[in-house]
Amino acid sequence: MKKLITLGLAAAMAASLTACGSGNGGGSTTAAAGGETTAAAGKETTAAAADNSGAASSGGTFKIGVIGPLTGPAAAYGIAVQNGADLAVKEINAAGGVNGIMLENNTQDDEHDPQKSVNAYNTLKDWGAQAIVGSTTSDPCIAVAAETSNDNMFQITPSGSAVECVAPENVFRVCFADPDQGTASAVYIGENKLATKVAVIYDSSTTYSSGIREAFVKEAGTQGLEIVADEAFTADNATDFSVQLDKAKEAGAELVFLPIYYQEASVILKQASDKDFAPIFFGCDGMDGILTVENFDTSLAEGLMLLTPFSTTEESSKAFTEAYVAAYGIEPNQFAADSYDAVYAIKAAMEKSGVAADADYSTVCDAFKAAMTEISIDGLTGAGMTWNAAGEPDKAPKAVKIVNGVYEMQ
Amino acid sequence: MSFLSYLISGISLGSVYAIIALGYTMVYGIARMLNFAHGDIIMVGGFAIFTMVSTLGMAPLVGIVTAVAVCTLLGVTIEFVAYRPLRGASSLAVLITAIGVSYLLQNLALLIFGSNARQFTSVVTVPGIKLAGGRLSISGETIVTIIVCIVIMAALTAFINKTRIGQAMLAVSEDRGAATLMGINVNRTIAITFAIGSALAAIAGALLCSTYPSLTPYTGSMPGIKAFVAAVFGGIGSIPGALLGGIILGVVENLSKAYISSQLSDAIVFSMLIVILLVRPTGILGKKINEKV
Repeated sequence: MKKLITLGLAAAMAASLTACGSGNGGGSTTAAAGGETTAAAGKETTAAAADNSGAASSGGTFKIGVIGPLTGPAAAYGIAVQNGADLAVKEINAAGGVNGIMLENNTQDDEHDPQKSVNAYNTLKDWGAQAIVGSTTSDPCIAVAAETSNDNMFQITPSGSAVECVAPENVFRVCFADPDQGTASAVYIGENKLATKVAVIYDSSTTYSSGIREAFVKEAGTQGLEIVADEAFTADNATDFSVQLDKAKEAGAELVFLPIYYQEASVILKQASDKDFAPIFFGCDGMDGILTVENFDTSLAEGLMLLTPFSTTEESSKAFTEAYVAAYGIEPNQFAADSYDAVYAIKAAMEKSGVAADADYSTVCDAFKAAMTEISIDGLTGAGMTWNAAGEPDKAPKAVKIVNGVYEMQ
Repeated sequence: MSFLSYLISGISLGSVYAIIALGYTMVYGIARMLNFAHGDIIMVGGFAIFTMVSTLGMAPLVGIVTAVAVCTLLGVTIEFVAYRPLRGASSLAVLITAIGVSYLLQNLALLIFGSNARQFTSVVTVPGIKLAGGRLSISGETIVTIIVCIVIMAALTAFINKTRIGQAMLAVSEDRGAATLMGINVNRTIAITFAIGSALAAIAGALLCSTYPSLTPYTGSMPGIKAFVAAVFGGIGSIPGALLGGIILGVVENLSKAYISSQLSDAIVFSMLIVILLVRPTGILGKKINEKV
């Protein structure tokens, strides 16, 4: 009896450890997994890839590999990145390519898992990719960055926001870094006087969430914000937030800062409404996608604010939004805009450096590294975007609020 | 006041652990094996209900009945295919097989449903109670879970003590060889145990997903492990012990989140398991059984 329980204990521990690993990552490789959207998006890529390569003219083709989670808990991001890149490539090719060179893109699924992201990268390298747009999420992006740095392959991540994502000098990004998002959120809340008593609920098991929270807490003091509750959860207990919400409520929080992914946020919003707790909820780019959760009552997200560099209601994004809706049937989110801008950054870098279509990826990388700090693009996520040698973009942050189920620019 | 509110959410969490622990302890008590796939059978139950209710638009009751049928069939099949051939093998082999079955179910669910989380529509229609001018609220799901737990506990105790099959189960758990000599069909008895355990898992799945409405292929794994801790805590094999252990575990988890640190709550819960095993290896209500040499 005792022996059996000891065995059981050991097994339970082992199982809980592995559960930690698989809890936030895992996914399946079938297209059916993500439901209709994924399947449709998958078809779209094949069609797009075929179109794009078919359009190849005498100038040759330049191959861009895209990596993101097309299935799994972060699928909304990956599918958006895939669509955004497809749209940009189609547009550029329709306009005659880059100095006569046609672009060709290929998207691989990484299920928001670092290991699978490296596999996806290797698949793309075998396919002949000359530059990488990806990975979409932070932890996979860090893993892939280590590989591209070894190979000297140019990489630009649309949305990998962890500091380490752009640590190698061949990696650039379109979105803000985590600390910048945390700092910008605190500044935004302070300057717009949204609240003085603030609670934070964050996921201590992801780099993304803890990174933003750290910078937010640091900046909150100088903005005159009082952190009345600073609560964590992990991927393993991301279903019950009643205690965290109770503590925030008891402490009189007027605003709850949620630097987390939309999946957990949807559960938090539901549980808060059950408790009649209605502070302002404020998120970062990970919150983008909350309106797409299957079976989620979107009225719960009413009044939610998030920091994002992109809004469909802006004048500058009108044409893109129309084309996107016509092609994919849903409104684009920030990730689609990020990857669209990433492809245009590659276009600008190609024009600046004048690389040949058949240049090998290492030559391309050296040329792009120099070109990236010299280009400036008017993208969807910011006008006059520039990059520094560290790979960080320079652009102004904006906030949106969900009103009647759509984003409204603040 | 806030203490009461934490206590209530602790009991709510604990009642979910308790209902899962009932299935664990039932199978352990009779078949003397730890069915680590129990948490994943719960997940299958959750998906069965989700498919019937949210996808096909059936009534919640139809969904629950379907889930019970699916899980019972699944439990009996798993027992027949994976555990029965290992009847004479060491308990370690059975344990590892159970972990294998657990991963098999998770990955099958990933293949069929994908890992996108789904918002589960609650099958409970009982309204919640608001006390102290709305500052304390007890959800309908919690009330139903606790009532269902007590009903199941009473029904299981009565079933085991009052019916012939129940008596046969007791005999099998006491001494398999002697039970065979007395004319009891051991394989059939254990199959029935699994059928009941899995039917309970389906009900636990309905209540787990109604209380915490996010459904993924991993939904059952962590609650399953915590419920195992609860079963050990209360005395594995003891049916009232599962209820007691579950509630205590849920309350401890939430109070440590509230008063110690929300970062450390899981560490505290698992340390509690170690302490219990050191101090009182048979759990709170467990009976001390002398190992036969």
